[in-house]
Amino acid sequence: MSGSKKNIFGKMNDTSLLLTITIVIFFLMYIGAIVFQGGAFTKPQMFFNILNANAALIITACGMSVVMISGGIDISVGGVVALVSMCCAVYLDYHDGSIIGSILIALGIGIAYGLVQGFLVAYLDIQPFIVSLAGMFFARGMTTIVNTAPFNVADEEFTALKLTRIIIPGMGTTNKKGIYVPAYVEIGVIVALIVVAVLFIALRWTKLGRSFYAVGGNKQSALMLGINVKRTKFLSHMICSVLAGIGGYVYFLHVGSGSASHAMGMEMNAIASSIIGGTMLTGGVGNIIGTLFGVLSLSTIQNIVSSAGLDQAWWTGITIAAMLCIFLLIQSVVMAQKKKALKA
Amino acid sequence: MKKIATLLTLLLLLPALAAGCGSSAIKEESTDETVEEDLITVGFSQLGAESDWRNTNTISMQEAFTRENGFNLVYKNGQQKQANQITAVRMFIQQGVDYIVLAPATETGWESVLTEARDAGIPVILVDRRVDVADKTLFSCWVGSDFELESKKMTEWLRKLTEVRNISPEELHIVNIQGTMGSTAQIGRTRGLANAARENGWDLITEVSGDFTENKGREVMAAMLKGHDNINVVYCENDNMAIGAIDALEAAGKRVGPNIKNGEVMVVSFDGVNEKSLEYCREGKISCIAECNPLHGPRVRALIEALDKGETPETFNYVDEKIFSSLNTVKSVTVDGIEYAVEEP
Repeated sequence: MSGSKKNIFGKMNDTSLLLTITIVIFFLMYIGAIVFQGGAFTKPQMFFNILNANAALIITACGMSVVMISGGIDISVGGVVALVSMCCAVYLDYHDGSIIGSILIALGIGIAYGLVQGFLVAYLDIQPFIVSLAGMFFARGMTTIVNTAPFNVADEEFTALKLTRIIIPGMGTTNKKGIYVPAYVEIGVIVALIVVAVLFIALRWTKLGRSFYAVGGNKQSALMLGINVKRTKFLSHMICSVLAGIGGYVYFLHVGSGSASHAMGMEMNAIASSIIGGTMLTGGVGNIIGTLFGVLSLSTIQNIVSSAGLDQAWWTGITIAAMLCIFLLIQSVVMAQKKKALKA
Repeated sequence: MKKIATLLTLLLLLPALAAGCGSSAIKEESTDETVEEDLITVGFSQLGAESDWRNTNTISMQEAFTRENGFNLVYKNGQQKQANQITAVRMFIQQGVDYIVLAPATETGWESVLTEARDAGIPVILVDRRVDVADKTLFSCWVGSDFELESKKMTEWLRKLTEVRNISPEELHIVNIQGTMGSTAQIGRTRGLANAARENGWDLITEVSGDFTENKGREVMAAMLKGHDNINVVYCENDNMAIGAIDALEAAGKRVGPNIKNGEVMVVSFDGVNEKSLEYCREGKISCIAECNPLHGPRVRALIEALDKGETPETFNYVDEKIFSSLNTVKSVTVDGIEYAVEEP
């Protein structure tokens, strides 16, 4: 038994090693919060709230991971999220649209972004950073053109969907006033978990999934293996943008309003989550489950900082910066150790 | 490889550990609560720390809800992001606070989280800005300023001054440096001036937004001076812009003061929180300041104490606000039948 286990560890590749580190650190952090801060952290809903607030980030970060694994980057996702929210809000409220129609708009924006950005990056060989930077400016600008003022969606069907909650039995708590507060997740969380599951399977067991790693790891050898590098790159951007579209809709479902300032800096949180989750900016290494835990870690640390009373604006920033540094440090130390061990 | 094995074993053990720690922590908390049963826990989600006014507002809350007064205040800074504030309110609900005080960053998008608070039986008190919700039972009450009243006091002061000093209404050439367009303060203060100018026959030359900041106030004033050479009253919708405008006026070689008959340019402004602007007011550089009182703490505390006794307080509560001027010409102003004494800054 132990022999076979040892074998599994021996076979552990960079991706799963970094994933393990991420998951361990997340659990340590959450347990630390429960032990040292108690209070809200002991309630299961605290964890579900993290999921509810970050469903959209999970989805966009997953897309970001796919692009990063294949060696690219996409900083337009935050802008796309804002654009999707605004377009859907305007469509639902001013044009009396339907839910199905708004979902199609979200997907349409995602696909359009994927087509253009993917084409520019893969076939015209323009730097993905520059392409998506332009994409970000375009999306933010378009959002303001669609509608300048932020506004709430009053559409009844939509509001009903927004307020739909999946109650998790047995996890609720009774508060001081004797009122039972049920534990719940929003629809977006289910969408996010489906996205994570589908991408996890796709990256692990499909030919396309494997080729993302190959292209990101080493373009030349990927080419020699007979992988269509351009097509793979194109598809990675396509997946990322479509997921940004879906993430945008989930975000919209969560906030229920359109605003040009929605999802400011979300692309950076998506990148940070991917990195914390063990995806490397250099490409070829990464895991979707890691990204999920990356988002959870990022949000947990924010909650810890905030509930510890360190509420000055810079504290959150500094803690996240410190956390990124620690993760990168651990990653590089462990990778170096592993290389040494392999040589010996 | 041994290290990784240990890590993995740890990982497998963690959920079990988590469960154990979780239950023990709950016990600890419940003992805590019995000790502090007489303390009322208030969760305060402030929108940010962007201005002097906001910081004074936060301090006022912290001073009102002290342990000595029987409160346990949990303060959260939203850093100008609504998402942070929603997270904070949700955390309050999980912490099981008794009351939630919310200074919303935006007026829209609060339905779901306020519904959650109501379902959990936690009353919500709004501070400063209001929220745009169809269902008015989502919050218990609101505390803030009456911006139009501030403006009415200011224009009444100006009217009386011109009367005493024998300045005819058409001799007043006013420019308005507005706040951030669309903010509740800007709308109220602009409306007050426009109404007064129409009623009294003042010459309101132009209105331009200076975004409530000193730098923009300076820029806007400089641009206005280039376009118009007869300006003798500058109406600034907050102190920071007034400080900027005075800079620009002095740089353009104008004398700043209340004697417009001697060619001075009169500056009037709002807020009265910033120490520099109060100093200017004592020196006479700013002729009059209508206070925008950030000290919401005591009023919010009184409301919470009333709610705690089972009373139903008024839904909309305005804080008391003064008017400051170092000139002794006008002793008091009367707006809507109520007399307000003009105080020394």
